[in-house]
Amino acid sequence: MPEYAIFPLGDQAVTFSLGNTIQIRNHRKVMAMQHWLRQHPFPGLLDIAVAYNSITVVYDLYLLHTSQEMESGFGYVRDLLLEAYRQSGLRSDTTPGLKRIPVCYESPCAPDMEYIMAEKDLSRDRVIALHTGRNYQVYMIGFLPGFPYMAEVDPMLMLPRKTTPRGKVEAGSVGIAGVQTGIYPVVSPGGWQIIGRTPLRLFIRESNPPVFLEPGDQVQFYEITSGEFRKMNQHNA
Amino acid sequence: MSLEILKAGVLDTVQDAGRPGYRKWGIGPGGVMDHYASHVANALVGNAAHAALLEMHFPAPHIFFHRDAIVSLTGAEMVPTLQGSEVPLWKPLIVKAGNTLTFQRRNKGARCYLAIRGGVALAPWMGSHSTNLKVNAGGFQGRALRKGDVIPMHDDTFPKGITGAFKVLPWSVNHTAAYGPGDEIFFTPGHEWNWLSERSRRDVVTQSFVIESSSDRMAYHVGHSALIFRKKQELLSSAVCAGTIQALPGGNLLILMADHQTTGGYPRIGHVATAHLPRLAQLNASDRFRLKKISVEESEKMLLSLGRDLRDIHAACCKKLEDYEAIH
Repeated sequence: MPEYAIFPLGDQAVTFSLGNTIQIRNHRKVMAMQHWLRQHPFPGLLDIAVAYNSITVVYDLYLLHTSQEMESGFGYVRDLLLEAYRQSGLRSDTTPGLKRIPVCYESPCAPDMEYIMAEKDLSRDRVIALHTGRNYQVYMIGFLPGFPYMAEVDPMLMLPRKTTPRGKVEAGSVGIAGVQTGIYPVVSPGGWQIIGRTPLRLFIRESNPPVFLEPGDQVQFYEITSGEFRKMNQHNA
Repeated sequence: MSLEILKAGVLDTVQDAGRPGYRKWGIGPGGVMDHYASHVANALVGNAAHAALLEMHFPAPHIFFHRDAIVSLTGAEMVPTLQGSEVPLWKPLIVKAGNTLTFQRRNKGARCYLAIRGGVALAPWMGSHSTNLKVNAGGFQGRALRKGDVIPMHDDTFPKGITGAFKVLPWSVNHTAAYGPGDEIFFTPGHEWNWLSERSRRDVVTQSFVIESSSDRMAYHVGHSALIFRKKQELLSSAVCAGTIQALPGGNLLILMADHQTTGGYPRIGHVATAHLPRLAQLNASDRFRLKKISVEESEKMLLSLGRDLRDIHAACCKKLEDYEAIH
């Protein structure tokens, strides 16, 4: 295990992080810590958020403090995170689910496809083969409700974010940015290179859970035609 | 049994203490911007601290009451008037069916809260009445209030037998300590605080900052002299909180507010003390403030002290209302 850091995120949250690179091993460890913490809740616990290499515990300081004698809220939660680090195994008990997601890589679903092909000197088929050719780990959900941060994209496909974000990215758009690939669940401004679009809705406010993907899931993309996209399309437009 | 928006304000939403617990799905806690004013507003009408209420900005709405109700107004001073007469903030008010509440001008502060005894009768989304404008969920139809909206209120038998015009009840909450004195906002250093050059660290705690007009419920953009980093490194995104002070690549600062995203990857130079978030929430574009660095221990002490004050205020307000109810 690499060195960890524990630090306060103000007066009502504490973050524990392992290294500063995307490592599946570190992510599995923080997922396991999350699992342990959910089994050992404390008064005032509000939220637990797992990211690539970190876990953040958010709490209500007043509720925590009035529940028992303690020096400081930060100290209490820091010690709890250290306990979770020691007590949890390397992986959480749940086996990752593999979710298959259809993606249309044709125009107008893929506004940045030509750019990606030119920039990486790849044919369209090769771009699609590279993007669909491996499973991705969902490391975290963030930015927008239900937006999955997934990795790792094949090095041959890696491109930086756009220098100027697009004003409007359609719901379902699949983007790439560095080693990451992600999906915009709702219409939003966005800076990722849009490689395709899924007809699936990743965020449905009336559903429980309202999101299609959660941290720890595995994702595999598969190609569909624009005709299939129209038939399967769950988005309004 | 309702209130009606006769004229919409610039941004009026139903809010409560937010919906923590869903960061794993990318859903932020949201909720009121000023947790002190909203708590006191609820206390004044005998509601639970987390009850749903209206958060209003200026220009503010015109609100028509279809029935008698005990209400309270707290937060920004926007000269509230009932039937043309000015009414005070930080006091319980008995409004009568047929009364219209309007706001004349903004004197101070940014957000005003209207609490109604019994609360609004709306369906919560994921355990909260807070309006999430990004996915149009929660609050009133997931959106800001518009002209013609009729917001149902829970039945409330009190006040009974009170006749005549609206009434201002004779007690109030002294809120001055929560918002002053001075223009300092306290913060604790963030994990990347030491990435700033020594000079920039000094600048942050000595220079004044100005709130830029692009600020909103998601984040405040604050202007200041350019900050210099002696360490530059790409960070992996991780969880952020309301009050997190991020340094953008250009050297500008962003302070995350109630409707912040759940994750961020910019250096965190600090975190606003939660006890001072109400002060920050009541600042408007072009208002200035200073930052003062404190320890996490001090920040915790301030928050616990504020929590105890609010507990006492809540108990005192409920007692006053009970006593009043017993006589009338």
